[in-house]
Amino acid sequence: MTDSVTFKDHSKENRIFNSRILKAVIILVILTGILISRIFYLQVVEHEKYSTQSDENRIHLQYIPPIRGLIYDTNGLLLADNKPSFNLTLTLERIPDLEKALKDIQQIVPIQPEEIAQFKKRLRNKPRKPFESVPLKFRLTEEEIARISVNEHLMPGVEVEADLIRFYPQGEIYTHTIGYVRRINDQEQKSLDDKKYKGVTTIGKIGIERFYEEHLLGQVGYREVEVNARGRVLRVLDQKEPIPGTDLTLYLDTELQKNAIEALGGQRGAVVALDPKTGGILAMVSEPSYDPNPFVRGIGFKAYAALLNDPARPLYNRASSGEYPPASTIKPFVAIAGLNTETVTPANRVFDPGWYRLPNQKRLYRNWKRGGHGWVNLERAIVVSNDTYFYDLALKLGIDNLHDYLQRFGLGIRTALDVGEQRPGLMPSREWKMGVRNLPWFPGETVITGIGQGFMKATPLQLATATAVLANKGKWVYPQLLKSSTNPIELVPDQPMKDIVVNSPEYWKLVYEAMRKVVHDRSGTAHYRIGRDIPYTMAGKTGTAQVVGIKQNERYDASKLSKIHHDHGLFIGFAPIDDPQIAIAVVVENGGGGSSAAAPVARKILDAYLIPRLEKQAIEQAKKLERNSNTPSSGEG
Amino acid sequence: MSSTKDVLQQEPSIWQRLHIDPILLLLLLLLTGGGLFVLYSASERSVEIMTRQSIYLGIGFVVMIAFGQIPPRMYARWSLPVFLFGVLLLVGVLLFGVGAMGAQRWLAVPGMSSVRFQPSELMKLVMPMVMAWYISRSMLPPKLRHVIVALVLITIPVALIAKQPDLGTSLLIGASGVFVLLLGGLSWQLITSAVVLAIPSGWVMWHFVMREYQKKRVLTFLNPESDPLGSGWNIIQSKVAIGSGGIHGKGWMLGTQSHLDFLPESHTDFIIAVLAEEFGLTGVMCLLLIYLAIIVRGLFISVQAQTIFGRLLSGSIILTFFVYIFVNIGMVSGLLPVVGVPLPLISRGGTSIVTLMAGFGILMSVYTHRNLIGR
Repeated sequence: MTDSVTFKDHSKENRIFNSRILKAVIILVILTGILISRIFYLQVVEHEKYSTQSDENRIHLQYIPPIRGLIYDTNGLLLADNKPSFNLTLTLERIPDLEKALKDIQQIVPIQPEEIAQFKKRLRNKPRKPFESVPLKFRLTEEEIARISVNEHLMPGVEVEADLIRFYPQGEIYTHTIGYVRRINDQEQKSLDDKKYKGVTTIGKIGIERFYEEHLLGQVGYREVEVNARGRVLRVLDQKEPIPGTDLTLYLDTELQKNAIEALGGQRGAVVALDPKTGGILAMVSEPSYDPNPFVRGIGFKAYAALLNDPARPLYNRASSGEYPPASTIKPFVAIAGLNTETVTPANRVFDPGWYRLPNQKRLYRNWKRGGHGWVNLERAIVVSNDTYFYDLALKLGIDNLHDYLQRFGLGIRTALDVGEQRPGLMPSREWKMGVRNLPWFPGETVITGIGQGFMKATPLQLATATAVLANKGKWVYPQLLKSSTNPIELVPDQPMKDIVVNSPEYWKLVYEAMRKVVHDRSGTAHYRIGRDIPYTMAGKTGTAQVVGIKQNERYDASKLSKIHHDHGLFIGFAPIDDPQIAIAVVVENGGGGSSAAAPVARKILDAYLIPRLEKQAIEQAKKLERNSNTPSSGEG
Repeated sequence: MSSTKDVLQQEPSIWQRLHIDPILLLLLLLLTGGGLFVLYSASERSVEIMTRQSIYLGIGFVVMIAFGQIPPRMYARWSLPVFLFGVLLLVGVLLFGVGAMGAQRWLAVPGMSSVRFQPSELMKLVMPMVMAWYISRSMLPPKLRHVIVALVLITIPVALIAKQPDLGTSLLIGASGVFVLLLGGLSWQLITSAVVLAIPSGWVMWHFVMREYQKKRVLTFLNPESDPLGSGWNIIQSKVAIGSGGIHGKGWMLGTQSHLDFLPESHTDFIIAVLAEEFGLTGVMCLLLIYLAIIVRGLFISVQAQTIFGRLLSGSIILTFFVYIFVNIGMVSGLLPVVGVPLPLISRGGTSIVTLMAGFGILMSVYTHRNLIGR
């Protein structure tokens, strides 16, 4: 290059270049200043903020759900257990292609379209933390677990996770009473106390599981862990163990419960058995029932629809929510009302021609026995279940007295302390009718209330409770399932009940005697069916509730068959009479008469419960006597 | 010009014979040594990465010394043919190139399919050369028609590289060409009108040239929180890394953001965030100090250069080096969009290191060949 440089003005060019370099240096200094102030701003001014963010990045709080409290029956048999379950879960952040991953998984374990739909629903609905796994398939079999583990390394983000799930080893026998837990749904998620339910996926939906939810739940623990950007836990920084929920022991006796179900023999109905001394619910049966276990992880739509549309209505808890006309089973309670108000005396007699008529009215109120029972006093009226006597007594008492006395036995009131789904039944009164129907009370309505028909409704639980109070000579016991718990739980009645004090203890004796004769006397309504060979003393009362003639309500709609028009059979009773150990109420839906349908069920249950107990007590008594034979005994224990 | 006389009177020193500037060499050794230190932590003590980086640095220093041996007039003479060859290669890249992640940047050497060559790296060196040669042919400041020709020369490779697409590199190459014009005394009127023209051309870029992922980068730059787990993740996490470092840093090998993998590309483009997290403001200031020392030395060499060609060439190289630093730190700290510019001589990556070291070799050539040309 022999340049044309010769003619160039070097000094001018140098001046231009140097001045431009100077300007470049100025710009360079400014830009460097901007960089330094930016770094200064981030590292000094905003340091706190970014330091916190950096910690939040790496430190995650993992919640450890507590172990739900166990539920035992009175003998320590497990009714609600927690079983390990293995679920197939996906972590989206680690899966490059979800659709492909789902296809790959299907090569290894079968996944139902419904499971994929539910999985996608879970993805959409729940606000999810990054790197939180989402379950796809629940309750994997051993074989499935093995097949997934073999292929796990080929499918990042696909894992088998262990979980504790509720399990009801007794299956369907306790579904209505114990209830079940279900997955917390979105609506519940919003209303729940977030802190208490961190990491908890299920909640008690009905029965004991729901009533004692806060006690069974326990306290959530947590683990503060350091994670990397892929959500992998590197080390545990801090940990607080969860506190398991309270274990509950119930009065329920599984042996008795099973006997009661067997005694019902597949008929629709309910049985409630109480210990009159404590109010403890020994058995509470509603038939038909269903297995609670599928509900725990989410029952399929089809299976649920089948339960919902079953005409036998298995989902319905007949024992505490079934409201039936109590019919003649209320006669002993009406008798107490009549005696204590001195409306009648034990000697008063009424002639029964087979019907009863209000003065100046044409309508006949019929006795169940067409020809009538002739002259009947109070005792005989109970023994033969004479309707005419009680029509007359009811009218003499008036609806106000009837309402007052029957309510004191708990009819029309929710008295059970820890039964979730209890309906109040209906004990009608003037105020009730004016309030609901806007009509005055008519005497004819008092007449039929006297035999437990008309407006009156009671649940099997209420009938059993009233029977227990009767067996206690008026001393109130609130029915309850809870016998004991690992942490103290205080139960308070919604409405405190007063003990029923009568003017003369003879009144109780008279009613007991009449109820004894119902079972033990040849004239008693239940004698033929259950009283001929009974090895212990039992007080009972039959009832037959008419279904036809009662206004049809939604429960018994037209789609049902004629069986639905058969009478409901009812029975209440307690035994032994001198030392009541069990009070019972039985309802057999459309079973026919109380004596034919319900009484034999009660007898079977009482036999199973009492005979071994009484034998044992007799042996103990004998041993005691033997031991004390040398020393003079001072009365009975 | 007294210094030139002094030099002429002196016997050439050992450094001048070797064509090495000892100050620049020392600063570069300091920088790359410190860089290895940071990379060791950023790469999780990866022996493989450290070995490769050391080898590349070694090659870089050899290339630097080799480029120092070539006298500046050779660069001037060969700049145009090499430039045209480079453009040809860039066209070749678009036609036959191999690539990754939706971009074609490499040419496979015929017969050696495993050896790949990136013509845009060649262009990084040739662009300032050809511009300096072209502008220095006529009297400074450049006249309008020379400016227009120069702009065409700049635009062709820049457009070809942007098309690959490699926005970061094309901007750096464009800048190195424009710097020659600016240092050559481009009139302020033209500069002002260029800025005015930049606005509509920006619109054209946005709608016709930029790819979706590039637009996305710009958009997330403007509002990184809009997609915190997607494309905004990088910027957010790098800001958290820098900010959480504070004044003194979390300590070497103790950065949680980088070691727990929250910081993406921690050993390539985002390595400054690792430094900032582990060594804090102190570390960043030390790094900037070394960089500034290198730039000051570079500018000194540029001012001291004997020919206009040498001045323009060295000035452009050193200013481009600054642009590297500014764009990288700017993007990692959230000032600029993420355009994929590595932190020079610190980030992992062989090609970039070799090219940069070649640039410093040219600076040394310009500095050490002065007196020889004068004779």
